[in-house]
Amino acid sequence: MPKITFIEFNGSRRTVEVAAGTTLMRAATDNRIAGIDGDCGGNCACATCHVYIDSGWAERVGTRTACEVDMLNLVSELRDTSRLACQINIDANLDGLVVATPESQH
Amino acid sequence: MIGTSPGARAAARARTLALPLENLDPADPQGFVDDTVGYVFERLRREDPVHRSHSPVPGIDTYWSVTRYQDIMQVDSHHELYSSADGITLMDFPPDDEQKLKMFIAMDPPKHDEQRKAVSPIVAPANLHNWRDLIRQRTCDVLDDLPRNETFDWVDKVSIELTTYMLATLFDFPLQDRRLLTYWSDISTANKLTNPDAPEPEVRMAELRKMLEYFTRLWNERVNEPARTDLISMLAHGPATRHMGPLEYMGNLVLLIVGGNDTTRNSMTGGLLALHDHPGEMAKLRANPALVESMVSEIIRWQTPLAYMRRTATADTELGGKQIKKGDKLAMWYLSGNRDEAAIREPDRFIIDRERPRQHLSFGFGIHRCVGNRLAELQLKILWEEILQRFEHIEVVGEPTRVRSAFVRGFSKLPVRIAG
Repeated sequence: MPKITFIEFNGSRRTVEVAAGTTLMRAATDNRIAGIDGDCGGNCACATCHVYIDSGWAERVGTRTACEVDMLNLVSELRDTSRLACQINIDANLDGLVVATPESQH
Repeated sequence: MIGTSPGARAAARARTLALPLENLDPADPQGFVDDTVGYVFERLRREDPVHRSHSPVPGIDTYWSVTRYQDIMQVDSHHELYSSADGITLMDFPPDDEQKLKMFIAMDPPKHDEQRKAVSPIVAPANLHNWRDLIRQRTCDVLDDLPRNETFDWVDKVSIELTTYMLATLFDFPLQDRRLLTYWSDISTANKLTNPDAPEPEVRMAELRKMLEYFTRLWNERVNEPARTDLISMLAHGPATRHMGPLEYMGNLVLLIVGGNDTTRNSMTGGLLALHDHPGEMAKLRANPALVESMVSEIIRWQTPLAYMRRTATADTELGGKQIKKGDKLAMWYLSGNRDEAAIREPDRFIIDRERPRQHLSFGFGIHRCVGNRLAELQLKILWEEILQRFEHIEVVGEPTRVRSAFVRGFSKLPVRIAG
């Protein structure tokens, strides 16, 4: 199963294994990663699963979806590396992915 | 008036279940005064989840009710198909009627996004740290001053006092005049057509103009000073908001005042009432105060202080098997979606430690999602932490008085008593 590493706001790192086909948001909430809420359950409708993609992974993760571009307007501290985790599907190609979570979600 | 005895409630429910479907009109504010609108929604979710009503109120007329969680999510997250530009409440006004307030919640992108971004930093997570200590101090002061061994109104002495303090702080509004904010909040949501006790439209607009004068004075002071971190200074200096006309300034003030006032106020009252009605949950909370966090989300779901938001279809479409025509208006009934058993387990029970308590509709979803949600949660969390520190028991000693509105779901009075 693909491994994902989350770097929490306090610097601590946690690596979790998730089944292919899981969204990055589910991977975080199922493993109680701090700083990810996922209030809308993965409908791209709340922007509470904001993450920063580690440098080097941007290309493999892909580009933002249309609804994601709209919803990213709601986050604080938007960066070029900002994504909504519910819009990223984990597959073998993303094995080893590293993402950072913000201090908390807006 | 429907009594609150189980027998009277059951009779009211039976009457609702016996009505012809086409008579069901959840926007009738009587169902909110009596707290019986839940029976209407129970039936609509089951029998006609996307339901067309004809309201006798001029200006509301024909509208769709969207009552299931997933359909509400569908409408709320498709702003291009379901526009906010014709307003967020069901009442329509003639074009250019000044009663139709211009505010960013009632706009579509790109203007909505620009204006929202001008104010959202004030309630960003990093800024909440700055508010935390001040909120706690004021909460402690208000609770320490409460009378003992006598009946008082929780709405006035706690809910209004705390939310008005907060709002005055966000605006850097003169504290001695802070009750004006409450008054203007109530005036701006008052509607003569649905509430006979509300002021005439001309009186309402005259009062809102006084509000505009007061805030224009503050704007003029601050626009000429260096930018500060209060909301008025942010609006006066923000590139997207500095050139707003007076009516747009007024509209956005109303949005921030109602959004930051009515909502949290009514969750502060609704939470106390919910715990009174569910003593088992109160015992759970006393045994484990760490449950405050999830309880706050459950209170916000339970109360749903804004019962709906309106959208207007921008094209012909289908929703829940119904043909929606371009220009039709829809009410997304958050109050109903928050009781939808297809989305929320045991939705009619108040459970302070439920699974996934944050997945409620009260803040809305999509680009118009509540901007102040984290601040609201923080205020409620601190209130309950400090209540637990101080009081063994807050006794609700009479029936609440509910607001005559299908939009703001709230209370005007709740008599309570604290022994000690």
